[in-house]
Amino acid sequence: MELSIFIEYWPLLLSGLIFTLKVCSSSLIMGLLLGIFLYLFSTIKNRLTFMIYRAYLTIFRGTPLLVQVYLIFYGGPLLGITLSAAEVGILGMGLYVAAYFSEIYRSGFNSLPKGQIEAAQNLGFSKRQILTHIQLPQILGLIVPSLTNQSIILIKESAILSIISVPEITYAAVKMASETYSVVEPYIFLAGAYWVINFVVSRFGNWVELKSTHYLATN
Amino acid sequence: MFDISIVFDYIGPLLEGLWTTAWISGISIFIGLILGVALALTRNGKHPLWSRLVIVYVSFFRGTPLLVQLAIVFYFLPLAGIFVPSIVAAILVLSMNTAAFQSEILRGGFRTLPKGQEEAAWSYGITQWQCFFHIKLPQVLRKTLPSLVNETIDIIKNSALISTIAVTDLMRIVQSYSSTTYRPLEFFITAGALYLILTCTVSYVGQRIEQKLIQHQGA
Repeated sequence: MELSIFIEYWPLLLSGLIFTLKVCSSSLIMGLLLGIFLYLFSTIKNRLTFMIYRAYLTIFRGTPLLVQVYLIFYGGPLLGITLSAAEVGILGMGLYVAAYFSEIYRSGFNSLPKGQIEAAQNLGFSKRQILTHIQLPQILGLIVPSLTNQSIILIKESAILSIISVPEITYAAVKMASETYSVVEPYIFLAGAYWVINFVVSRFGNWVELKSTHYLATN
Repeated sequence: MFDISIVFDYIGPLLEGLWTTAWISGISIFIGLILGVALALTRNGKHPLWSRLVIVYVSFFRGTPLLVQLAIVFYFLPLAGIFVPSIVAAILVLSMNTAAFQSEILRGGFRTLPKGQEEAAWSYGITQWQCFFHIKLPQVLRKTLPSLVNETIDIIKNSALISTIAVTDLMRIVQSYSSTTYRPLEFFITAGALYLILTCTVSYVGQRIEQKLIQHQGA
């Protein structure tokens, strides 16, 4: 172990770490919002739109993320869409994770008995009140663990963006390994960095879960 | 111009790549299952040290990206004086990775079994091994089948990453043809379609087996 090489390379690794955090948070936000949109799209009572929804899910959940990213990266310019590698990464991961998020939302909303909503309607609750006061508080506690899990999976998968030369942390570590000819230190550091990020995310998820199920603890 | 017919000139090598992806994933899932059972039992076992080690193992393989695990094994084995073909390294990493995920799935399954079953088996004079292979394992596999099928699909998709350590799987072949023919769009769409065939087949077979098991239980 030669730890002194970190003295020279820590700025590169740090900027890689920040880039990973940026790319992941951007694509997670995109996925969370697009997922809501997809979920709403799936609730339209129409056979055609539901088939389109199923097709979206099958394609994005049934093929490797690497294939999807390559398709946007190399195929995009041929269709006149030129994006930077980082933009390709965010777009690719956002589209990919939205498919999973949408299904998580769907399972959450489906878990509530229909009678609740009917009862609320009878009591004169507006649609918006039903959503914010009845549906969301109950669903949040249910779906937060799944959302956290999926976010962790996405953060790990973001390592493949190094293949299309997004300057994130894996890219930085690979560069360091090839320049210093030492593989042990960069890769151990890399594994540790991902582990720490995911540990923090899972703790954050637990905290959100605790907050969102707070009303249960008080009774 | 988009012209999918170019792909058909290379259909032979592409199918060969699909086969490589399929058998590597299959073997890894199988080795991972055996290793996963062992890990789950050790984790639930009475020795705190071994159980702690399993926790570390699982945490490492679930908390770091597969790409990083591949790089670590691929570069670290030669440092330890072990030289294996990249295909062996790929199977090794995929198996170790899926073993961690499968062990957590199976552990949940083992925990759902009532303790009375084991005690009943003992009082009938059934040995511990018999009890495990004839009573516990079949029930756990049946219960966890949907999650194991999901894990199989994940491994098929993740196996696209072994192309980075020079295994000529489907992804690697598609990459090389897309760059020699300058037709990335056609080739990556084909790659997506071929992966989709594989994952959809697995999910279909999984559902059929599940239905069979439900019928069997109902009778």
